[in-house]
Amino acid sequence: MKWFDYAAPASLDETVKLLAQHPGALLLAGGTDLLVQLRAGKKQTDLVVDVKHIPELNALHHDPAKGLTLGAAVPCYRIYGDGAVQSAFPALAEVAGIIGGTQIQGRASIGGNLCNAAPSADSIPLLIALGAVCRVAGPSGTREVAVEDFCTAPGRNVLGPGELLVSIQLPPGPARSGARYLRFIPRNEMDIAVAGAGVSVVLEDGVFRSARIALAAVAPTPLFVREAGEALAGQPVTPEAISAAAEIARGAARPITDMRGTADYRRHLCSVLTRRALETAVQRAREAR
Amino acid sequence: MEFLCEPRQSLLECLRDVIGLTGTKEGCNDGNCGACTVLMDGRIVNSCLVLGVEAQGAQITTVEGIARGNQLHPVQQAFLQNAALQCGFCTPGFIVAAKALLDQEPAPSEERIRLWLANNLCRCTGYDKIVRAVEQAAQELREVKA
Repeated sequence: MKWFDYAAPASLDETVKLLAQHPGALLLAGGTDLLVQLRAGKKQTDLVVDVKHIPELNALHHDPAKGLTLGAAVPCYRIYGDGAVQSAFPALAEVAGIIGGTQIQGRASIGGNLCNAAPSADSIPLLIALGAVCRVAGPSGTREVAVEDFCTAPGRNVLGPGELLVSIQLPPGPARSGARYLRFIPRNEMDIAVAGAGVSVVLEDGVFRSARIALAAVAPTPLFVREAGEALAGQPVTPEAISAAAEIARGAARPITDMRGTADYRRHLCSVLTRRALETAVQRAREAR
Repeated sequence: MEFLCEPRQSLLECLRDVIGLTGTKEGCNDGNCGACTVLMDGRIVNSCLVLGVEAQGAQITTVEGIARGNQLHPVQQAFLQNAALQCGFCTPGFIVAAKALLDQEPAPSEERIRLWLANNLCRCTGYDKIVRAVEQAAQELREVKA
């Protein structure tokens, strides 16, 4: 790796000041993407800023009324090991457990997964489906960005100079709601999604009150398919309604052909994964209190 | 332990080149193979994906710290008895990762063992003997406790 300097600020204020002085600085949370990219020469910097000592980025706090505050640097093992996350957001606990292997999960964060902005990122479709919002701090204060608006291109996001992701806010799940992320990989674990689907549903008297659906690895960014969820709203919970939404998801996908799969195969997967994820989410919503 | 390093040096480089603990191996150097697995504050991590400076104040356990003097840890003993290695390059990473699993889960299923060790690659054994060794070590550790 090329030479760089290292700083580990202990507060958000200090970090924002530091980033203002060093516009080329790169942020280090779990390091499982950054250190690989630095070593490969894909990224270069004179200053690596370790954000793991900032309290706001380490927060993992659930409030039944306000939802979940997920600090941007909280590693996956803390997420799936947290009792409140397991009971209130089981789909989030599951997704934290399929990113990389055990060693990666000991370090990697969902915030880092989001900032790395890979089209195939496993956590992002689920965050979109759950209606998550990013809290961003920077030289002109803090702002909020919906997760579906955060990624702008492969490896790129909306963060401007001197800005950093502080936390991800997940609104509380309403009664009778459920969510699920499913991906297809040719192995059993430790692989990059050929395609993925994250969904959430809210039910009321046998009818979809609302639904949100997002896809992985079938567009330059994680893809929010708003119209697929909206098509479910007001529909009775039937296999036909679910299949129709899955077909909308298939139609919205804009995949490429690469070594992981052909565009046609990815479109097919969008339909199958969306349908299956919706079926599980509906099951969970029915079992929810 | 105290050591000096450059910010760009990984924990793996620090362990091997600065401190001289060469039990931890460098395989892929990008987080895929698990040969460099160490315990950091009780969690297994790829030491190639940790900066040496990040280890300040942390408790690090390498494969050198698994045995008690001349007394091999049951995981190490079980690897020998089951011939769970051929070339041996991946073994330190497997030993550290398997011990970490058994420290927190005394009776993991075969599926659980395979999933936990999915970040450790072995190109010789085909994994079955490794899984058998971990199962045997788990049983022995349970008997010691009982």
